[in-house]
Amino acid sequence: MSDLEQMYQQVILDHARTRHGSGLVTLDTPSMGESHQVNPTCGDEITLRVGLDGDKLTSVSWEGQGCSISQASASILAELMDGADLRRADETMDAFMALMHHRGELLGDERDDLLDDATAFVGVGKYPARIKCALLSWVALRDAIARATVGTEGS
Amino acid sequence: MLTDIRADFPILTRTVRNGKPLVYLDSAATSQRPTQVLDAVADFERLHNAAVQRGAHLLAEEATEAFEGARASVARLVGATDDREIVWTGNATAAVNLVANGMANASAGIGGSDSERFRVGPGDSIVVTETEHHANLIPWQQLCARTGATLKWIEVDDLGQMRLEQLDTLIDDTTKMVAFTHASNVTGLVTDVAPFVERAREVGALTFLDACQSVPHMPVDFPALGVDFAAFSGHKMLGPTGVGALWGRVPLLDTLPPSIFGGGTVKVVTLEETTWMEAPSRFEAGSQPVAQAVGMGVAAEYLMALGMDNVAEHERRIGQILRQGVSDLPGIRLLGPVGDPNARDVLGLAAVFVDGVHSHDVGQVLDDAGIAVRVGHHCNQPLHRRLGAQSSTRASAHVYTTEDEVRLFVETLATVRPFFGKSS
Repeated sequence: MSDLEQMYQQVILDHARTRHGSGLVTLDTPSMGESHQVNPTCGDEITLRVGLDGDKLTSVSWEGQGCSISQASASILAELMDGADLRRADETMDAFMALMHHRGELLGDERDDLLDDATAFVGVGKYPARIKCALLSWVALRDAIARATVGTEGS
Repeated sequence: MLTDIRADFPILTRTVRNGKPLVYLDSAATSQRPTQVLDAVADFERLHNAAVQRGAHLLAEEATEAFEGARASVARLVGATDDREIVWTGNATAAVNLVANGMANASAGIGGSDSERFRVGPGDSIVVTETEHHANLIPWQQLCARTGATLKWIEVDDLGQMRLEQLDTLIDDTTKMVAFTHASNVTGLVTDVAPFVERAREVGALTFLDACQSVPHMPVDFPALGVDFAAFSGHKMLGPTGVGALWGRVPLLDTLPPSIFGGGTVKVVTLEETTWMEAPSRFEAGSQPVAQAVGMGVAAEYLMALGMDNVAEHERRIGQILRQGVSDLPGIRLLGPVGDPNARDVLGLAAVFVDGVHSHDVGQVLDDAGIAVRVGHHCNQPLHRRLGAQSSTRASAHVYTTEDEVRLFVETLATVRPFFGKSS
C-alpha cells in the first residue's frame, strides 16, 4: 500500500461521502454545547453541536466544509461519540491526538481499540500539514463538551 | 532559449516523496534561488559584513557598496530613472503598508503641508479591485477604517477579468488612491495598466501597483507604466526571503511621511520634533536586511542576463501548455480564461477548481507524485468567493520550469477525480 493509499483508506473515502452526523440537530436543552472551528490556512470550517444528559453525549451533529480528511474525521467522530459517556469521550479524544502525533504508526495498545474506525487516520500522521485537517472536528468536540458542561453547571 | 539554467538551481536536483524527482510548480508562492544568489548572500556574510551607511572602516565601505549596488541593480530591472526610487522593505507587504501607513500619518497631520496630498478622510475614497491579494487589500481597507475614507472596488466578471468600464464611475473626484494588481496570483491575468493610470490622473488620484507577480516574469518599466508607487518582493524573483522593495516617484517619496520611526532616517532630532531625510533613507529605519538585499540585487542581474523578454516568452509557452492542458480535463475548471496563445496576457500559472475534490486532497495526490503546488485560497479569499471556488489548486512556473513538468502536472491532475471515486 502506497503512502497515499494508506492515508486515504477506503473507510475514510466512504465516510467523506456518507458523513454521519452531518446536519446540525436542533436541541432544546440547557446542556447543549456548540463550537465553531476554522482552519485559516485553507478556510475549512466546522460547527459541531453536542447534547449532554448527565455524563452521556446524547447527540453529536455537525455542519461544515473541507477536505476529505476533515469531513471523514467529523463523520467517524460522530459515529464513535454519539451515546458515549464523558470519560470515554475524553479518552478517545486523547487517543486521537496521540495517534496524530505518532508519525504514521498505530499506538499499539488498547487505545487503538478505543479509536476503532478512527485508526484509519493513522497515515495522516506522516503528513504534518494534514494533521490539522483530521483534528478540526476533535478540537470542536472538546470545546463543545466544555461549553455544554458549563451550561449544565450554570443551570 | 532558457536552456541549461536548471543546473543553476541546486534544489531542483533533489528528490522528494518516494524518491521522486522534485517538480516544483509553486513559484508564484516563492521561487527557488540560483547558486549565484545563494553564493552572493554567503559571500557577503563571510567576507564583507558590516553596518551599512555608518562607520568609516573598509568593511563598512564594502558593505555599503554592496547594499547600494544591489539597489542600483533592482532599480535597473524595473526601469527606475534614479536609484532613490527604490526603498528596501522587509517584503512586498511591508511596502504596501509603508505607503498606506504613511498616508494615515499624513492624515493625522504628520509631514505638515508638504504631505497634504497624502491626506485622506471622510468623503474621500480609495479604490482597489476584486482581484487583490490580501496584501494589497487589507492595508487600504484598514487605512479607510482609520481615517473614515470609503473603500471601493472594481469588480470582476465570471472569468475574473476586471470590469474596466467601472473605472470611470468608481474613480471620481473623491478618489485619493487607486491600488491594483499588475498580474493576478489566481487567474494569472496581466492587467492593462494604462486605463487605470489615465483615469486616476484625470481625477488627481495616486496609483499603487502590486507588481509581485509581474516583476519576476516579464519586462516591467514603472516610469513607463505611469504609476506612482509599486511593490515587489525578492523571494518571488529568484532572490532571498526577508527583502522586498517599494518603487516610487522621488517627489512623492520625499514628501510621504515615514511610518516606522528610528535611526538612520533623520536630519535633525530635538526632544520636541524630527525632520526626515530624503527618500529612501527616511523609510529605512533601523538595521536593514543587507545580505538579503545583496541577494535580491544579484537575482535582478541574473534575470536581466537571461533577458526579461526571453523569460516572458518562456513562460507564455509553458503557461499555454498548462492552461490549455487543464482546460481540456473533465470536471476541472480553470479559474480565469485560457488566454490568447500568442499574447502575453496571462502568466505561466493555472489555478484550478476540481469538482468534488477539495484542494488539499488534490495537492496530496500531486505531492505523492513529487509535484509541489499551492492549495487553498492563495491569500485571496474575495476572488475565490467571487469565482465560486472555496479554494483552488495552483501550479505556477518560473524560468526553470520545463514543458515536461507541466505536462506531468496535467497528467497527474487527471488522475485525481478517479482516485476519489468521482466519475469523469
